[in-house]
Amino acid sequence: MSPLDFLANLLNPDLAFLPKALAVAVMSSVVCGVVGSFVVLRGMAFIGDAVAHAVFPGLAVAFVVSGNLVLGGTIAGVLTAILVAVFSQNRRLKEDSIIGVFFVAAFALGIVVISSAPGYAGSLQQFLFGSITGIPDSDLWVVGITSLLVLAVVFGLHKEFVTISLDRESARALGVPVFGLDLTLYILVTLAVVISVQTIGNILVLALLVTPAATARLLTDRLGVMMALAPAIGALSALVGLYVSWSWDLPTGGTVVLVLTAAFLLGWTLGPRHGLFSRNRQRAARAASTHAGGVPA
Amino acid sequence: MAELGTVAELVEASSPTAAASAALEVREVFVELGGRPVLEHANLTIDHGELVGLIGPNGAGKTTLLRTILGVQRAVGGEVTVEGRPARPGRTPIGYVPQRHEFAWEFPISMADTVMTGLTRQLGLLRHPRERHWLAVADALDRVRMTHLAKRPIGQLSGGQRQRVLVARALALRPAVLLLDEPFTGLDMPAQELLSELFTDLAREGRAVLMATHDLASALYTCDRIALLNRTVVATGAPSVLAADTAVWSDTFGVGENSALLRILKAA
Repeated sequence: MSPLDFLANLLNPDLAFLPKALAVAVMSSVVCGVVGSFVVLRGMAFIGDAVAHAVFPGLAVAFVVSGNLVLGGTIAGVLTAILVAVFSQNRRLKEDSIIGVFFVAAFALGIVVISSAPGYAGSLQQFLFGSITGIPDSDLWVVGITSLLVLAVVFGLHKEFVTISLDRESARALGVPVFGLDLTLYILVTLAVVISVQTIGNILVLALLVTPAATARLLTDRLGVMMALAPAIGALSALVGLYVSWSWDLPTGGTVVLVLTAAFLLGWTLGPRHGLFSRNRQRAARAASTHAGGVPA
Repeated sequence: MAELGTVAELVEASSPTAAASAALEVREVFVELGGRPVLEHANLTIDHGELVGLIGPNGAGKTTLLRTILGVQRAVGGEVTVEGRPARPGRTPIGYVPQRHEFAWEFPISMADTVMTGLTRQLGLLRHPRERHWLAVADALDRVRMTHLAKRPIGQLSGGQRQRVLVARALALRPAVLLLDEPFTGLDMPAQELLSELFTDLAREGRAVLMATHDLASALYTCDRIALLNRTVVATGAPSVLAADTAVWSDTFGVGENSALLRILKAA
């Protein structure tokens, strides 16, 4: 299918779910790219994965009682984050072990809950791997408003997040509330995950959070540029991924993630300074200058 | 919000009591970690313009003492005052230079922006830096002689340059007290000497500088005064005077009389 046909399909009123899915996917990518920049820079990928799993029981409960998915997921994610924060106070266990315990437990709880719903196999698959059909209009609003809220908080607290990411002890000494900001960041990650789950799926959402930001990091040494590039890469990959999956009838979540991964590999290969070729070039330049300089005395 | 002024102004502008009271005073401080006493009856006074070396074995409580002064570690007993007023995080401008490995050097940020994070709390929520804040940053970078690298990403700096960025960040608040945690670790001699010079200059300009270090030789050579710490401040005095008293050193470090440590002292 040519891009023009895809555009025609997007405008076709009989396929109204398609532009809605695209809108949700693009908004999710933008939010995940911005929040994901901090996830990548702070080495929080595992926490991101944990949150992604932790929202599942909330989604399941909301699904079973026909409640709001975003709300259910957020509550479950935040509860798990608080549990991890509290249980991490025990110094015998490191935080990653606590996360390992709670996120699988949360996920297991989700599976048990959703199995009580009639015809659960289909809905389970939808949650885990995403789906582009069946997004209600109300979700567009919820996702849009949540996105604006998350972006506003990230930009409003930008310098505070940077300060605690550089070095926590000095931030504390300055009187910056480190624990509160950490919790805020977890909640933002939770919200980014929840709005993305619908289209990309619970298992694959980590890619939306980590891959575009990691790709952007390969391309720049400036935080501002990174936080603009990551959502751009994410949104473009979502668009291309949706087009490819629609054209060849492939699962959307998986296709979007593969496109993201391709972008990452491209960034790795071609990136300035960090990239494979530029590294070779630098090595060649060094070798050349050594030869030109002759044997050191 | 505290006004930004030079240190000299800051010292003059302080309340009349400040002239009488020391820049930093640690009085009978008692700290517990996990139920175990780490500091007991710790006393230390530092005047404006003094560079003091804090020396003691691993686990003696050096970092704990610095954290207590900063107010991030709660003391069970005792008091820390800066210019006569109780020290509180965010209220009292104390410059803190952490150990280099505790900083996220891979973060994509320029040197000038890193120094600006020293003013995060002073700027306040939802506020952007204004001209005077950038002036404070420029001043701090100038002070550590790194102005020419202001736009360089921090990941590309050498060890000595990284230490200077951390000092500049601490200076951005224009503090009267500067705390340095192991600034020389992992640096070669030329870098160490440049830093020692810088620390001496910073003290001479009127700041009280307290430096925790394992580097005996350069502490004895550079500092105005040495404070020996092991659970408490065992002894304090001018390097030449303190170096002559080997008993107090073998007491602090728990070493015998043939220890290399004591031989370094005799050589100094």
